[in-house]
Amino acid sequence: MRRLPWRVAELVEVRHETTTARTLVFEVPGWPGHLAGQHVDVRLTAPDGYSTQRSYSVAAPEQGERVELTVELVRDGEVSPYLTEILEIGDQVEIRGPVGGWFVWRPERVAPVLLVAGGSGMVPLMAMIRARREAGSSAPFRLIYSVREPDQRFYLDELASPDPGLDVAYIFTRKTPDGWARPPGRIMPPDLAGASTDIDSFVCGPTGFVEAAADQLIALGHAAERIRTERFGPTGG
Amino acid sequence: MAIVSRGFFGRRGEGDVKLPPGQYLTHDFPVLSAGPTPRIGLDRWEFTIDTELGETHRWSWADLMALPSETPTLDLHCVTKWSKLGTGWQGVSLDVLMEDVETAAEYALAYSYGGYTTNLPLEDLLDGKAWVAYKYDGDDLTPPHGGPARLLVPHLYLWKSAKWVRGIRLMNEDWPGFWETAGYHNYGDPWLEQRYQGD
Ligand SMILES: Cc1cc2nc3c(=O)[nH]c(=O)nc-3n(C[C@H](O)[C@H](O)[C@H](O)COP(=O)(O)OP(=O)(O)OC[C@H]3O[C@@H](n4cnc5c(N)ncnc54)[C@H](O)[C@@H]3O)c2cc1C
Repeated sequence: MRRLPWRVAELVEVRHETTTARTLVFEVPGWPGHLAGQHVDVRLTAPDGYSTQRSYSVAAPEQGERVELTVELVRDGEVSPYLTEILEIGDQVEIRGPVGGWFVWRPERVAPVLLVAGGSGMVPLMAMIRARREAGSSAPFRLIYSVREPDQRFYLDELASPDPGLDVAYIFTRKTPDGWARPPGRIMPPDLAGASTDIDSFVCGPTGFVEAAADQLIALGHAAERIRTERFGPTGG
Repeated sequence: MAIVSRGFFGRRGEGDVKLPPGQYLTHDFPVLSAGPTPRIGLDRWEFTIDTELGETHRWSWADLMALPSETPTLDLHCVTKWSKLGTGWQGVSLDVLMEDVETAAEYALAYSYGGYTTNLPLEDLLDGKAWVAYKYDGDDLTPPHGGPARLLVPHLYLWKSAKWVRGIRLMNEDWPGFWETAGYHNYGDPWLEQRYQGD
């Protein structure tokens, strides 16, 4: 078995998603490709040899040697401030992956899909939405995307005119747009109810969000085996 | 030699603690699980050890509580990069549970409520290296962290410490578990940075 190697990744493109998050497109020579939902390990090394690693989901389906991440700034963090504020076009980091063969959507799959995102948990789910579009899949997709405030949404333009068969709903936990019917608040069973329970669910976000959403899906009658989760940290219950 | 990332200097506030390669220190207690958190009533809870000879040993919750427990202080290392040091637990040593189990098996597969599995050599469960733990930090173990009881095998990455543990199957052959089938390392020694297959 060959070890997953560290590869040099050069930043070639940056897109600002919000005031605190940006999408980073890296060129990674030798990249073996990946599936929608997988993540990579990013390693940063300082001049004195000190290094540290974090995991980041890939935001877009396989596109040659390009690997696209979206990183949200965690204040006081070690790695995310560097990736969101310091890294510039032409700079290099190291990437290893892809990792994770479970939290994955494959375009061959035709079953309806429910995507439930909390904050930056949107990233791997966006890869699935993009993979669906690229494959011309007609599997029905429903996205429920929870953010604190309207201007914290990633991929806003792209989701404003969703692909046919993709339904997009937002939950605002602290502040809603003017005239928004649902009062601000955390995800609740009525947000998830409605559709059939004969679906594959992918739930991703901070631990507390994932725990709440997955518990609510179970309570609504979804089978545990069909709910896949990815917890981005930090605190547990 | 790793390439240096321009403008990265890192944070080294707690540089005196020694961590396995690629890990960073956290004071939170993050959660890693592949699906929803199962809830198991204590009246239904049981723990079993099945041997390669087809024998089954069973403990109810009351049986488990009646066994002598230990209160180890342990360092935890998760494959998602965080390490948490000096965590306090209470649980029953696998040595106690294995006392009357007759086996010549070399491998163990831990299995959980909710369907999770993870494999490890049996010897990694013995000689004071593993517990079935039910209290964390003096309180009952909460479901997101594996309650009512989880396996604890702190010298391996934390995915080997099966949450919601329901039993251990002893086998002559090694049988990869959930993450081991999904590309993670079969053994998972954090000090050797055995994260993924081939590491
Ligand atoms: C499988 C996986 C995929 C991930 N994918 C993404 C992704 O696509 N985009 C992304 O932005 N992040 C993602 N993360 C989170 C990411 O790995 C880092 O944890 C995050 O960027 C913070 O790292 P840091 O070094 O800046 O903060 P650290 O120095 O590690 O932490 C600093 C402080 O912030 C807290 N903290 C850590 N993470 C978070 C968080 N997510 N939210 C709030 N507080 C936090 C810590 O508890 C600590 O107190 C993913 C995590 C995992 C496990």
